[in-house]
Amino acid sequence: MREIKYEDLVKSVKAMVMHTATHLPEDALNALKKAYEEEESEVAKSVLKQILDNAKLAAEEERPLCQDTGLAVYFVKVGEDVRVVGGSIRDAINEATEQAYKDGYLRASTCDCFDRHNLKDEVGYNLPAVIHFDIVPGDKIDIEYAAKGGGSENVSRATVLAPAQGKEGIKNFVKEVISAAGPNPCPPIIVGVGIGGTFEVAAKSSKHALFREAGSQNPVAELNEFEQEILEELNKLGIGAMGMGGTKTVLAVHIEKNPCHIASLPVSVNVQCHSSRHSHITL
Amino acid sequence: MAEYKMTTPLTDEDIEKLKIGDIVYLSGTIYTARDAAHKRLVDLINEGKELPFDLKGSVIYFVGPTPPKPGEPIGSAGPTTSYRMDSYSPILIEHGQKAMIGKGKRNQAVKDACVKHKAVYFGATGGAGALIAQRIKKAEVIAYPELGPEAIRKLEVEDFPVTVVNDSYGGDLYEEGRKKWAKA
Repeated sequence: MREIKYEDLVKSVKAMVMHTATHLPEDALNALKKAYEEEESEVAKSVLKQILDNAKLAAEEERPLCQDTGLAVYFVKVGEDVRVVGGSIRDAINEATEQAYKDGYLRASTCDCFDRHNLKDEVGYNLPAVIHFDIVPGDKIDIEYAAKGGGSENVSRATVLAPAQGKEGIKNFVKEVISAAGPNPCPPIIVGVGIGGTFEVAAKSSKHALFREAGSQNPVAELNEFEQEILEELNKLGIGAMGMGGTKTVLAVHIEKNPCHIASLPVSVNVQCHSSRHSHITL
Repeated sequence: MAEYKMTTPLTDEDIEKLKIGDIVYLSGTIYTARDAAHKRLVDLINEGKELPFDLKGSVIYFVGPTPPKPGEPIGSAGPTTSYRMDSYSPILIEHGQKAMIGKGKRNQAVKDACVKHKAVYFGATGGAGALIAQRIKKAEVIAYPELGPEAIRKLEVEDFPVTVVNDSYGGDLYEEGRKKWAKA
């Protein structure tokens, strides 16, 4: 069995979290540049320019791209033939998250649901991290990470449609959610759609869909086509960058589909703001 | 769409000039407050107590910045979503607040208060926190330090760029902009 040292795991994850807060990844940058070039509204174009200037400045000066440095969300695939020596994987990820938020001067946005206080009343204490584990064959640990902001999370929705509503029903639900969201989630956005499974599987899929490279092809032809169809519809809404009116409301639609119950058609829409801060490492 | 340079505190005459889509470069003192601080301000008004700053002509920025790096006045400081302040803003406007800076839609009560008491809602670019922070020259926590990022800060700003989203004539840039670009 392959072994990874606890300290090495902490070090790698911490570096990834700190870098992600200040450097917008290539896929998001390219999607924003394309939107800037294609946008017809002058007002929206000037907003997109500010967003691109902000990304440049943040990277150069290593400043957080946004004051909402998110909840730390991880999808972790652990190979059956690897183990961490010196501590648990969960503890390592939480420790790395805590160190990164403290040393990177990132905002701790985690609080208790009722009294709304930080759980430790400490600068940089942004725990617990949200970690979704999966066990897979192999001897690697694969970690996908995103710093997920609250504004775009607030407009996200899930439902269970009747099977008869089909693809048309799914498209209408996505449109309803994005139309109601308007300027609030900081468009241009990326829309993650989870279809099928059970209620919670759809929600989790819609989150995971946001981790895909923006603008990449869905490997399933039918889904790829459906993504393009929904994207086109959503960009007719006219919301535009920061809701000022324009043709580029959505940068990409990403769909993940799962088999579901014969009685149900669960659909979840998870929204990602334009500051799509995500990373991926394999150890 | 016009461009203006304005210095706080803002007056009725300043507000009357502004129409949706106008760009304003603000200089002077502005105050930060989010959900928790707004609740406390409104509680103080209801109890007839003194506020930690003068509301008259004031500009309140909805922001919870990242912690500053050593030697810097503030961390990244872009706007947060404004609707969470909708239940408080009309009361503050009634008591003299002239402008709010945030992002996202406001409800009808806020828009009505802007018309009735001559106030505006400015939009700043969400997710441009590093860029916006460059226009903030000084920052000082003046109330509720226990709220951390949600404490009330007094900021000195220079040419802080904002766009008029709701003016004192009932206009709404989000609605107008969307109408203009929507395709059936």
